[in-house]
Amino acid sequence: MLSYLIQRILIMIPTLFAISIITFVIIQLPPGDYLSTYIAELQSQGENVDIAKIEALRAQYGLDKSMIEQYWFWVFGLLQGDLGFSFEYQLPVSEVVGDRLLLTLILNFTTILFIWLVSFPIGIYSATHQYSWGDYGLTFIGFIGLATPNFLLALVLLYFANVWFGTSIGGLMDPFYIDQPWSFAKVLSILEHLWVPVVVIGTSGTASMIRRLRANMLDELQKQYVITAKAKGLHPLKALIKYPLRTSLNPFIADIGNMLPQIISGSAIVSMVLSLPTTGPMLISALQSQDMYLAGSFLIFLAMLTVIGMFLSDLALVWLDPRIRLGGGASK
Amino acid sequence: MSNTHFVNKNHFDPNKEESLTPEQERYYLATQWQLMWWKLKRHRLAMVSGGILAFMYFSVIIAELLAPYALTSRNTDFIYAPPQELHIFHEGSFVGPFVYGLKYQLNMKTLKREYTENTGIIHPVRFFCSGDSYQFWGLFNSSFHIFCPAKNGMLFLLGTDRLGRDVLSRIVYGTRISLTVGLIGIIFSFLIGITIGGLAGYYGGWIDNLTQRTIEVIRSFPELPLWMALSASLPITWSPILVYFGITLILGMLDWTGLARAVRSKLLSLREEDFAQAAQLMGAKPRRVIARHLLPSFTSHLIASATLSIPSMILGETALSFLGLGLRPPITSWGVLLTEAQNINAVELYPWIMTPVIPVIIVVLAFNFFGDGLRDAADPYR
Repeated sequence: MLSYLIQRILIMIPTLFAISIITFVIIQLPPGDYLSTYIAELQSQGENVDIAKIEALRAQYGLDKSMIEQYWFWVFGLLQGDLGFSFEYQLPVSEVVGDRLLLTLILNFTTILFIWLVSFPIGIYSATHQYSWGDYGLTFIGFIGLATPNFLLALVLLYFANVWFGTSIGGLMDPFYIDQPWSFAKVLSILEHLWVPVVVIGTSGTASMIRRLRANMLDELQKQYVITAKAKGLHPLKALIKYPLRTSLNPFIADIGNMLPQIISGSAIVSMVLSLPTTGPMLISALQSQDMYLAGSFLIFLAMLTVIGMFLSDLALVWLDPRIRLGGGASK
Repeated sequence: MSNTHFVNKNHFDPNKEESLTPEQERYYLATQWQLMWWKLKRHRLAMVSGGILAFMYFSVIIAELLAPYALTSRNTDFIYAPPQELHIFHEGSFVGPFVYGLKYQLNMKTLKREYTENTGIIHPVRFFCSGDSYQFWGLFNSSFHIFCPAKNGMLFLLGTDRLGRDVLSRIVYGTRISLTVGLIGIIFSFLIGITIGGLAGYYGGWIDNLTQRTIEVIRSFPELPLWMALSASLPITWSPILVYFGITLILGMLDWTGLARAVRSKLLSLREEDFAQAAQLMGAKPRRVIARHLLPSFTSHLIASATLSIPSMILGETALSFLGLGLRPPITSWGVLLTEAQNINAVELYPWIMTPVIPVIIVVLAFNFFGDGLRDAADPYR
């Protein structure tokens, strides 16, 4: 187990390294840099541009150095926990970001929980009542959830949440709690607002999870040991719960790897529509204004979240499922 | 005891037992594609979905004829008009499909535009008629429509938007962009996926290792933020058509990983088969072995999985355009139409602005069901 752990961690290092390179290339892709955008903006407002000052700024931010030098500068900063400097806010990125990373984490984690809680009973029901009306109906609802664009669902749910429950529109907490220190009331307020994005982001993931769980369960229920157990008069519920359920639980863990990028994608767009204080909205504005270090930190944070999530899910799977052999490349 | 075992006196024809009935013969001689088609035909949901898709893609070709209004025609008297109900009978007598006229009133308290049906005026729908003029695919001018509003009348079956443009017509025009985005995107991703997956699976070794790691890295990026970042880097100076191709390229560039994996794992096992080795021994080049001998044995499977990944591209385009990072007006796609519904007011006051979501849902569902059916049909073990 320990050697497997070390091996996995060693594989993660080049992956993260490659991710940092891709992120850097992407944030460098737009023509020009933040300063040229900034100059264009000043000129369009009819203001004078002091060339000397711009050059000084350029040197200060290291924009006059070569790409490779800039990259190393950035990566070494990242390794030391320095996320760089946000041009737009004139603050270090870590200060601009604030609670956003934490809230993103909370949002995504709650969404996974939601997907599990919803798809678990539905998947089992669909499998045990195959081809019943309930099965068809639930599968259909799942498909609708898969096909509806998240952002529209978010808008509609937000509207009804406001009409029916009086939840304030947008944001992840009452306006009153923004910039307040963390307290019990603030957490409650977040919980009150959290359900709309969680339901919206969760819908698409739930559908695929239900289908996979149903298929797994059906495979398992047809196996001979289940038939034997039933033939010998074991209570149907026990014949269901004791083993088939346990083995079909694996996709819940194994699928985190597939689900995470999807959830993070979903949360990015939903949080823009709902203007949640998570990474999404700030990422889009940073991308548009070429605030490269801010955008880069978000991108790398999201990618790291996925990589670490996959790593944890692999570990959990190995721990849960004794059939998986360590080493020999059969761990997936 | 005499030996009395039964002997059939009839003439025995050894070929008779092995000869096939015509149906059996037809089945055994059928090609792989025929077998697939027969299996697919039994899958009713997939056939219905396939029909819907065929209709949708047909409407892409004849969008100008199908839409009652031209893409840019504005009805400035009817801004944010609600959908009109289609009637057939007027006061008990048969008229044929028609709509009542609209009476416009500005509510002075709420400043809301209010429209009421004016049952005194009847606007019968005209069929195969001449209406707004348009340029068919930009080639020649015409004004022929399959159906259009009455002369000096109106026909807003799905209401109008903030500039008084007919929502239904705009949806029909949007089909052209939204449906082809997925198609062109999948062609890109298909080409990349087959090439890279083919190389990795055929050669194995370090090439395989490298592609596997690359795919892992690409997959660990959440799709949408990456799409956003890439499409934000498309120069603003590009023309809308270039942006359109840029977006499809971006969508395709990130989608090939799943396909490449499928190709790779199939090739890894297939390249050990006798027919592949025979081809190699006879001196066929790797390109020929892959394209001529190995790929055809699972093309059907590939097509099925490609069908299943088109919906995510359509949804991706919708999302990107909605955020203002994808296509921009004057290009009209479903996502661009939905940008109008960006604020909560739309949900409350003009819910019909959100109707472009209906074709999105239908197409995504249809692709899913059709792809599922194809996949089942392509699977020889079912």
